[in-house]
Amino acid sequence: MPALKRTLSVDLHGLVVPTPVMIASGCAGTGRELSGLVDVRKVGAVVSRSITFEPERGSPTPRIAESAAGVVWSTGLQNPGVDAFVAQELPRLAKGGTPVIVSISGGTLEDFVRLTGALQGRPEVSGLEINMSGRDLELGREVLGEHVDRATEVAGAVARMSLVPVFAKLPVHAPSLAEIARGAVRAGVTGLTIGAPPPALAVGVERLRPELGGVTGWLSGPAVKPIMLRSVFEVARAVPEVPVIASGGIRSGDDAVEAMLAGAWAVQVGTATLVDPAAPVAVAQGIARYLKQKGMASPTELRARLHIPAAYATAESTEAAE
Amino acid sequence: MKRVRAEVLSTRKVGAYHSLTLVAPEIAEKARPGQFLAVAMPEGREFLLRRHFAIHQASRRGGWAGTLEIVVDPTGPGTEWLTGVRAHGSLEVIGPLGTAFAYPKRLTNCLLIAEGHGAASVYFLAQELLARHKRVDMVVGGETLDRVFKPIEGKRLSTTISILTADGTLGEAGPLMQAVPEMVERTSTEVVYAAARSRTLGDVAAFCRDRKLPAQVAVEERMGCGFGLCQTCVVPVARKDGSGYDHVRSCVDGPVFNPARIVWDRWLADEATTASAPGEGLPMVQSWPG
Repeated sequence: MPALKRTLSVDLHGLVVPTPVMIASGCAGTGRELSGLVDVRKVGAVVSRSITFEPERGSPTPRIAESAAGVVWSTGLQNPGVDAFVAQELPRLAKGGTPVIVSISGGTLEDFVRLTGALQGRPEVSGLEINMSGRDLELGREVLGEHVDRATEVAGAVARMSLVPVFAKLPVHAPSLAEIARGAVRAGVTGLTIGAPPPALAVGVERLRPELGGVTGWLSGPAVKPIMLRSVFEVARAVPEVPVIASGGIRSGDDAVEAMLAGAWAVQVGTATLVDPAAPVAVAQGIARYLKQKGMASPTELRARLHIPAAYATAESTEAAE
Repeated sequence: MKRVRAEVLSTRKVGAYHSLTLVAPEIAEKARPGQFLAVAMPEGREFLLRRHFAIHQASRRGGWAGTLEIVVDPTGPGTEWLTGVRAHGSLEVIGPLGTAFAYPKRLTNCLLIAEGHGAASVYFLAQELLARHKRVDMVVGGETLDRVFKPIEGKRLSTTISILTADGTLGEAGPLMQAVPEMVERTSTEVVYAAARSRTLGDVAAFCRDRKLPAQVAVEERMGCGFGLCQTCVVPVARKDGSGYDHVRSCVDGPVFNPARIVWDRWLADEATTASAPGEGLPMVQSWPG
């Protein structure tokens, strides 16, 4: 039997990453914090914190509180604005040669268009990730990405303009997520990140106050993994030819394998990086170990390999027909 | 900054606190007062985030060479777990993290203010100042007797010391600031250092501004990672050009700040909206995560 040529590299329709493990948005710092703690060159890609067009000072403290197997947090999108980001952070993030995906966030269509323009043609940018968790200032909605009409509109505008692959990060908890995913894909995005964390509240009973200065925040960490898995599963079945990146509660190789079996092409590691800065590399090693054990050559062999009972598949198609 | 697995050499109760001595030569060599450690929690528990502790001792020489001491204030599941760690167990730690107190070049008379577990870094600072032939005086306090950290050690390290507790169980009864003006007069203080809860630090800052005393304070704000990734432990710091303020990470740009640059009204206003019950004198908020 010829020796198996094993690789961790994955092609996300134009964005080729050396390993299928990325650092999630908001957990990679500004390009110097991780040096000495992890070899960033061994990370598949780094997603920047979410960048807005204008500088954003962020929400009052406290900004983080623990909950069972997770954290409730909100930074209020603190960032220096796209100009300062491009001048200072971006070159540092890209220095090691790791692909950099820039997360962009806004409240209006114009915000997203201007951000895409400002990042256009920057050689350090390997991809864009659209953060759709912000308020929709034009339609006065709480979360822009929860609605198929706007998610499609924003995704389409960014995808048409961008010269690099675009990933729409959809809210992991959105109702009719499959429909939103189809809309974003029709509008031209390269892939989908599933997903943005669900909104959350932490309460301090002693002080009769919310634990966060910004009152509500987002739930991240292992607590959200099962929700993420189901959403990845649903989206991957809705748009089977489209790269899906799983994000939510992944901290080990096994977690990543679970997400890939559910349909993910790659994964992002967020909260686990805050606890163990070397976690993204450990997750990749865990995937490699699993592949070796199963005699598989590449992570693509894991993709959507979950065995679904025939009855489930049939029931679903009947439901859809009704 | 290094990430190491450190053996626990000893652990003992000190009043309301727990003192842990760790073997971590790579960190001890570089550690300076004001800096802190990020201690990993055990796997398989429902609490995930590292806990952060000011470095209380770092021995570079002698029989204890290569050891570090931290002071744990047990207020939540993670710190409670740490008080149960036995000698010869090990902890995974990252450090030394953050900025350190700077030592004065010309000025000699230093007043050190420590509240509660803030004394951990202040006593370490006192040793370093004494080694540089500075005069050290202290104002040390806490809510109650058992929350005044090692008062005897404070006495040993200072020329004069004022001890206060909120309930009068040790020393004078009252807030720390009550003793500060007189202490400054009596000892001809030239520099002020403080590690205390944020309200007290705000008072220290206002006092030093009025008296035109140079000062450095170590702040505590609730932290996620401790090494600059998560942007949660921020403090409002005025821009140098006076055009407003920015939220600055207390883990990498602090915890030691020049109090004149902190926008206290802003920071304490945030604290007021989230951190204290209306009209009740509840104990201090543990801004370091439990």
